[in-house]
Amino acid sequence: MIGATHYVVLSLILFCLGLVGVMMRRNFITVLMSLELMFNAVNLNLIAFSFRLSDLAGQVLAIFVITVAAAEAAIGLGLIIALVRLKDTVDLDQADEMRG
Amino acid sequence: MKLYDFIWLVPLFPLIGAAFNGFVSNRRGLSKKTTHTVALLGAGAAWIYGWAAILQWFFTEDRTQPYVVKAFTWITGGELAIEGGRTAAVDIAASFQVDPLSAVMVGFVSFVGFLIHLYSVGYMHDEPDREYARYFAYLNLFMFAMLTLVTGSNLPVLFVGWEGVGLCSYLLIGFYFKKDWCAAAGMKAFIVNRIGDFGFILAIFVAFYYFGTLEFEGLFQAMGNDHHGHFAIAATIIGLLLFVGAMGKSAQIPLFVWLPDAMAGPTPVSALIHAATMVTAGVYMVARCNYFYQMSPTAMLVVAVIGGVTAVFAATIGLVQNDIKKVLAYSTVSQLGYMFLAAGVGAYVVAIFHVVTHAFFKACLFLGSGSVIHACGGEQDIRKMGGLKKYMPATYWTFLAATIAIAGFFPFAGFFSKDEILAKVFAAGYGDLNHNGGIYYLLWVLAVLGAVLTAFYMFRLVFLTFHGSFRGGEEAEHHLHESPWTMTLPLKVLGVLSIIGGFIGLPGHLWHHPEHNLIDGFLEPTVLHLEHGEHAAHPGLGLEFGLIALSLAAAGLGLAIAWRFYLMDPGYTRANYLARRFPLVYKLLLNKYWVDELYAATVIRGTVKLADLLWEFDSRVVDGAVNGIRHLTVGWSWLSGIFDLQIVDGLVNLVGTSYDAASRQFRRLQVGFAQGYAMVMVFGAALLLSIFFFVNL
Repeated sequence: MIGATHYVVLSLILFCLGLVGVMMRRNFITVLMSLELMFNAVNLNLIAFSFRLSDLAGQVLAIFVITVAAAEAAIGLGLIIALVRLKDTVDLDQADEMRG
Repeated sequence: MKLYDFIWLVPLFPLIGAAFNGFVSNRRGLSKKTTHTVALLGAGAAWIYGWAAILQWFFTEDRTQPYVVKAFTWITGGELAIEGGRTAAVDIAASFQVDPLSAVMVGFVSFVGFLIHLYSVGYMHDEPDREYARYFAYLNLFMFAMLTLVTGSNLPVLFVGWEGVGLCSYLLIGFYFKKDWCAAAGMKAFIVNRIGDFGFILAIFVAFYYFGTLEFEGLFQAMGNDHHGHFAIAATIIGLLLFVGAMGKSAQIPLFVWLPDAMAGPTPVSALIHAATMVTAGVYMVARCNYFYQMSPTAMLVVAVIGGVTAVFAATIGLVQNDIKKVLAYSTVSQLGYMFLAAGVGAYVVAIFHVVTHAFFKACLFLGSGSVIHACGGEQDIRKMGGLKKYMPATYWTFLAATIAIAGFFPFAGFFSKDEILAKVFAAGYGDLNHNGGIYYLLWVLAVLGAVLTAFYMFRLVFLTFHGSFRGGEEAEHHLHESPWTMTLPLKVLGVLSIIGGFIGLPGHLWHHPEHNLIDGFLEPTVLHLEHGEHAAHPGLGLEFGLIALSLAAAGLGLAIAWRFYLMDPGYTRANYLARRFPLVYKLLLNKYWVDELYAATVIRGTVKLADLLWEFDSRVVDGAVNGIRHLTVGWSWLSGIFDLQIVDGLVNLVGTSYDAASRQFRRLQVGFAQGYAMVMVFGAALLLSIFFFVNL
C-alpha cells in the first residue's frame, strides 16, 4: 500500500536532487531545470496531502505553482539570453560582478 | 509789550548772524557787503534791542529784584542727595535775567561789540571773501556767547557762555591759522583757559552739593539767610574754585600767560575779546557770585592778593615791551588785576565800574593800535614807528584821550574808577577788613606803584608811536595814511566815552550826595550785605581828598618820567642808559620774568615727561598685557588644536577605521555567486529548523 510517507520521501529526494543541482551546477540551464525539479517536488507533496486529506485546496495551489513555474521559466530563459549576450557563455561562475 | 520778557533775543540775534555767515556766506563765498551787513545787523539788533529792553525794564520793574525769564527747560533729572541729608531735584533751565549787573554788562558789551564790528569792516577789508565771512561768523558767535554769559540767570547758563567765549577766543586768536605761531597761541589760550574752567565746573558741582540750586537768586537768598555761618566753608571752597576759573579767563597770576600771546589774533579781536569784554568775564562772575566772597574772608583775601600782585607784575613787564599790542596786553592784565583787587576788598560795584570804563578806553587803545598797525603795513614794533601824530590825527587824539583815561587823570573815565579802587583798598586797610588790614595796606602800596607804572608805560607808548620822527624808513613813511571812517568812527565814539564815561561813577559821598554815584546806587542791590557785619571805619574826607591827590600825583609821576625819557630826549639816551646800567632787571622784564620759559621747564616739560612715562607704561605694561594675552591665546589654541586633531579627530577616525576594518571582514560574505547565496539560505534555513526542532522542543 502506498501511503503518504512514500510520497513525502519521494518528494524529499526530488527536492534534495533539485536543491543540489541548483547549488552545485555551473550551467545556468541545468540550474533552471533543477529549479523545476524542486517545484515539482513541492507539487507532489501538495497533491499527495490533498488526496490524503481530501482537501482540494492543495491541488488548486499546485496548479498555481505550475503557473508560477511557467512564468519563472520564461524569466529564467530571458536571463540566460541576457547572460549569453553579455558574457557569451551560460556558465554561472563567469557572472561574479557582485563579488565584494 | 514787555521787551525784557524776550531778553534771550539779545544773544539770539548775533547767533543768527553767525549762522548765516558761517554756513551760507562762508560756504558760498558771498560778497563782503552781504557778509558785513548781516554781521552788523546781528550785532546792531542785539545792541538796540538790549538797550531798549533794559530801558523799559529800568522804568517799569523793581530794580532790586532780578527779573528772570525762562526760555526752556534744559536739564531735568531725578532727586540727588546733597549735603546735610537733604535731596534736591536737578532742574536746570535755560533762563535769563535782567538785573542791574546784567543790565550794565549787556549795555556796554552790546554797544562796544557793535562798534568793533563796525571797525572790523574797515580793518578786515583786505581779507578774501571767505575769510571775511569766517571772521564775522566768529565775531557774531562771540557776541552770542558773551551776551549769554552776562544774561544767564544760573551758573550752567553762565558756564555755556563762558565756554562759548573761550571757544570764540581760540578761533579768533588762531584766525590766521596758517601761521604756526598763531595756531599755537590759540591752543595756548584754550588750554590755559581749560585749567581755569576745571575750577569753575568743580565750583558748580560744589554749589549744587551745598545749596541744591544753581540759580543766582536761590544762591543769593541761601547765603543771605545763612546767619549762623553754616555755609562758611562752602563759601570758601566755591569762592576759591570760581576764582580759579576767573584766573584763567581774566588772565591773573598764574594763568595770565595766554593773554599776551592772544595778540596773534586780528586787532579788533584783541580789542573786543582780549580787552573789553571776554577777559572781564571773570570779574563779572566774581561780582555776580559776590555772596560767596562776602561770607569768606579767605577767598576775598586770595582774590585781592592775586589781583594786586598781578596788577604790578604785569605793569612792570609792560614797561619795556616793544610790540605795541604786547604793551596793551600787559596793560590789560594789569588793569584786570585792579578789578580783582577791588572785588577782593568787597567793592564789587567798583570792580564792575572799572570793567566798564576799562572797556571804553582799552577798546579805544586797541582799536587805535589797530589803526596804527594798519597804517604801518602790519608793523607792530614801536621802535619802527614815531611821528604818526601828523599822519593820523584822529587816531592820535583818541589814543591820547584813552591813554590819559587809563593813566587816571581827572576828569577822564579811568580816574574815577581807578581812584575809587585805590580808595576802597585803602579803606579796607584802614578799616582792618576781616582783620587783614596790614595785607590790604600792602596791596594799596602796590596799587599806587602800579598806577605810576601804568602812566609811565602808556605815555611811553604814545610818545614812541606818535611823537618824534618816523623810524620805519622812507618806503613805509610814504604809505602812512589815516584809516577809513568805519575805523575812525568807533575810535571817536570810544575816545569820547573814555573822557566822559567816568561820570556814571562820581564819588558823590565826597560832597555828601552819594546818589550822584549812579552806578553805585544802581548796582548795590546785587551785592549781598552782611546784616550784622561790623561797620568798618571809613577814612575821613580829608584823607580821601589826600588819596585823590596821591593817585593824581602817581599818574603825574609816571607821565613826567615818560616825558623826560621819551619826549624830551630824542635819542632815548636816558632809557638806554638805564637798560645798560641794570642789564639784569632789563632782561628780566624784557623776557617777561621768563614765566613762559618757567612753564616750559616745569609744567610743559613735566607734562611731556609724564606723557613719556605713561607711554612707557602703555607700551610696557598695557601692551605687554595685551601681548601676553595674545601669547596665552596662541598657546591655548595650539593645545586646543592638538586636542582636536588627536582626540576628537582620532575618535572620528576610529569610527571610520573600525567600520573600514569590519567591512573588510564582512565583504568576504559577498561572494557574488547566486548559488553561494542560495547555499547560505539553505544552510541557514536548515540551521533555523534544527534550532526549532531541537532547542525549542
